[in-house]
Amino acid sequence: MTDATAATGAPAQARRPFASLLTLDEHTKRRNATEARFKAYGLAAVLAGLFFLVVLFVSIISNGIPAFTRMVVELDFTLTQAQFDEAESQLLKTGAYQGYFVEGFDKALEERGVEVEYDAAVLDRLIGKVGGIMREFYAANPDKIGEEVVFELPTSSRVDGYFNGRLKREDVSDSRFLEASDLDLADELYEAGIIKSDFNWTFITGADSGVDNPGGAGIGASVVGSFFMMIVVLALSLPIGVATSIYLEEFAPKNWFTDLIEVNISNLAAVPSIVFGILGLAVFIQFAGLPQSAPLVGGLVLTLMTLPTIIISTRASLKAVPPSIRDAALGVGASKMQSVFHHVLPLAMPGILTGTIIGLAQALGETAPLLLIGMVGFVARGYPDSFLTGFTEANSAMPAQIYTWAARADASFYEKAWGGIIVLLLFLMTMNIIAIILRRRFERRW
Amino acid sequence: MKTMLTEADNTVATVPAAGPRDTKIKARKVQVYYGDTHAIKDVDVDLEDKAVTAFIGPSGCGKSTFLRCLNRMNDTIDVARVEGEITIDDEDIYDKKVDPVQLRAKVGMVFQKPNPFPKSIYDNVAYGPRIHGLAKSKADLDVIVEKSLRRGAIWDEVKDRLTAPGTGLSGGQQQRLCIARAVATEPEVLLMDEPCSALDPIATAKVEELIDELRESYTIVIVTHSMQQAARVSQRTAMFHLGELVEFGDTKEIFTNPTEKRTQDYITGRFG
Amino acid sequence: MVPTSHTVTAFDEDMKFLAHKIAEMGGLAERMVESSIRALIKSDIPLAQKVITDDLVLDEAQATLDDKVVQIIAQRQPVASDLREVFSTIRIASDLERIGDLAKNIAKRVVAISERGHSVNLVRGIDHIGDLALAQLKEVLDAFGSRSVTRINMVRDRDDEIDAMYTSLFRELLTYMMEDPRNITTCTHLLFCAKNIERIGDHATNIAESVYYIVTGEHLSAFRPKEDKTHKIVVDQPDA
Repeated sequence: MTDATAATGAPAQARRPFASLLTLDEHTKRRNATEARFKAYGLAAVLAGLFFLVVLFVSIISNGIPAFTRMVVELDFTLTQAQFDEAESQLLKTGAYQGYFVEGFDKALEERGVEVEYDAAVLDRLIGKVGGIMREFYAANPDKIGEEVVFELPTSSRVDGYFNGRLKREDVSDSRFLEASDLDLADELYEAGIIKSDFNWTFITGADSGVDNPGGAGIGASVVGSFFMMIVVLALSLPIGVATSIYLEEFAPKNWFTDLIEVNISNLAAVPSIVFGILGLAVFIQFAGLPQSAPLVGGLVLTLMTLPTIIISTRASLKAVPPSIRDAALGVGASKMQSVFHHVLPLAMPGILTGTIIGLAQALGETAPLLLIGMVGFVARGYPDSFLTGFTEANSAMPAQIYTWAARADASFYEKAWGGIIVLLLFLMTMNIIAIILRRRFERRW
Repeated sequence: MKTMLTEADNTVATVPAAGPRDTKIKARKVQVYYGDTHAIKDVDVDLEDKAVTAFIGPSGCGKSTFLRCLNRMNDTIDVARVEGEITIDDEDIYDKKVDPVQLRAKVGMVFQKPNPFPKSIYDNVAYGPRIHGLAKSKADLDVIVEKSLRRGAIWDEVKDRLTAPGTGLSGGQQQRLCIARAVATEPEVLLMDEPCSALDPIATAKVEELIDELRESYTIVIVTHSMQQAARVSQRTAMFHLGELVEFGDTKEIFTNPTEKRTQDYITGRFG
Repeated sequence: MVPTSHTVTAFDEDMKFLAHKIAEMGGLAERMVESSIRALIKSDIPLAQKVITDDLVLDEAQATLDDKVVQIIAQRQPVASDLREVFSTIRIASDLERIGDLAKNIAKRVVAISERGHSVNLVRGIDHIGDLALAQLKEVLDAFGSRSVTRINMVRDRDDEIDAMYTSLFRELLTYMMEDPRNITTCTHLLFCAKNIERIGDHATNIAESVYYIVTGEHLSAFRPKEDKTHKIVVDQPDA
């Protein structure tokens, strides 16, 4: 019966001619070819992306690495009490120390069997006036007088550049900064081990130096500036952003007003950062009278910029929590707020944290608005006195510092800028890794 | 001979009824609007205490919507508007003085998809009693959790792993955990929105058996797409179509001799 | 009464098969009853033989139908009108099978009666009650085919008529036996035939009730006046 039904029920249809499954028909071949082509395009795109990434990394690292090293003149030196007293009694105290240094330098050359002709001026050009450095040292550490002290004195930026390849011998034109013959001495000293390469701690810990002293420039102060800004951004944007999102997503009635707010938040995320900068300048500095160049103001401006990002990502992760969880909570008689805080928010947490960290990372790399509120690089002249003043004292931030360096005339600042980029990237990478770890840690199945 | 048979039928009919049952939930002229859509039209129904009432009807007929009126879950949908009168124990649940949260403690709900919280089995069940302050101490809570899990007919399967996540159970176990979670708050009414639609036949049978046991203590309303399930578990059946209550009566009657042609066509698989 | 078809067309096919099979069995049973009565009246032994073999076909048809019903219940879980139809189909089939058995029983008696020979007078009453029962059977099979309940009560009324006629036939045959003891064998056989025909009428009435149940979902009122009063007839009161 059933068979009969099936037989009569099936409409009479012309059967396809027999085709073996072992041979591909034209249509299938074309389809497969299209698919293969598409895959090839995709792979090519990925490879192109990878290529550019590699180029970027190689150039950043090769350009930036020299910023982390510097050439120093290493010299054993012993200052006797008599010499100290004598120098301190003279009118040109640093000049006296300079004299001692030249003596010590001669001695070191002799010990290592280096025979080069030079005059004091060459030394000035190679390592600058070291008398001041020595005097400061002995004034600060009087107990070291009479003992042998190893001095590591940074060479001038040109010598630095010569050794790390930035400066070619044939490009050197004699000037008051460097003469071509000086490089012979430098080479000799290098071979004798008096000039050698060293890790540039100053770059990590130092503050911005003057335009004429690239060797003394460091990014440390700007890192601190950025750090204070991030504290402000995190402390303001996370609670405000999350609270806003929860309200809009879970509690707000759906009407034209909330729609308007929503549209505006989305649009705000696309507003160029410089607009926020000028807003910060007008509102926080000119109107509210907050100190210029302060990380507090920078943080406020970046908070404005980060908020849309955090709100959008938080709302997305709240939306991603399945409604069944909300239903379950409401179903057992939880209030709206209990359902949100006991169930929805914990599930949305990984997304919220990731969004926040991505937002912070964006803020960390932001330059334009900072320039407008005066957080330019050369402001970072030192560390804040205390934690609290760290918010209000004029400082710079990493990207602004990098921008300032890149804009300077002296070519050795250029490599500082690249070095700064490496530091910045390290921070961003760390933050992203933290985001990934948090995501893994908090992620739960439902 | 014939007379004898009819008499036998009558005796069978009176067994599940066990005397007249009280009306627990009364709905009069209930209307539900979703924005401009008139989702429920003029529904009048009396749901009996200690009995299972099944809501059947084709998709989009409003049976789930009506179910969600009974514990005001529709409140969470902004555009939904409920008119008419629904009373539980003669108290209007849409009265301004009624807090829906308090209502939902009294009217528990089990959903279509098993939706345990991503927490431990223990915490899943303990959550309701905790937020309603039903347990004075940890020991009290332990007692409630065990009792609820027993009521949910899942105690034996989970008693050794109460700290394991509820989401790690099988679908049927999850659904029984959700039922245990619902009964933990000591509700009087249990609403079930297609509780077996995501379960395999064995798990379905277990849940149906459980529903039959729970009938002794609760007023149970179940929405189901499976006519057979409605026939198996319920004493009364309400048939919805296009937002109207087409027919409401004894399940036996509906499945052997429905009065309305729409019911007849729907349950025999002729809806078109 | 089947205005729309099932969404699952195979279900419709199954239900059609049942109705078809019942019609087929009904036709066969009807023919068997008719043939057996004709064979009885005309002492047509080959025709009687035919009826006896036909019963096998009827039994087989019932078995097929039972299998189909079991399959439908297992596969389709019929409810409401479908359930009533499937359930009643079993009962109708078993009624028809019983009717076939009764016809076969009459046919078997044809051999015994025709050996002795009998007068036309003796079988005239049988002919008449047989016509009534046959009309009855036709009527219920039509009612089943058209799912109409308008004539169901008529069927029941006519069954009362058959019962009344059986009672009078009973008396008549009793009278013949008392008149001439040589008639006793023939008349006893005829009495059984008459009883069989009366029972065929009862089965037809059962079928009518089943049809009524299919269509309305209700049982016909249980009270049914019995016109078969033969159980009260006693021999020492011949004209009671």
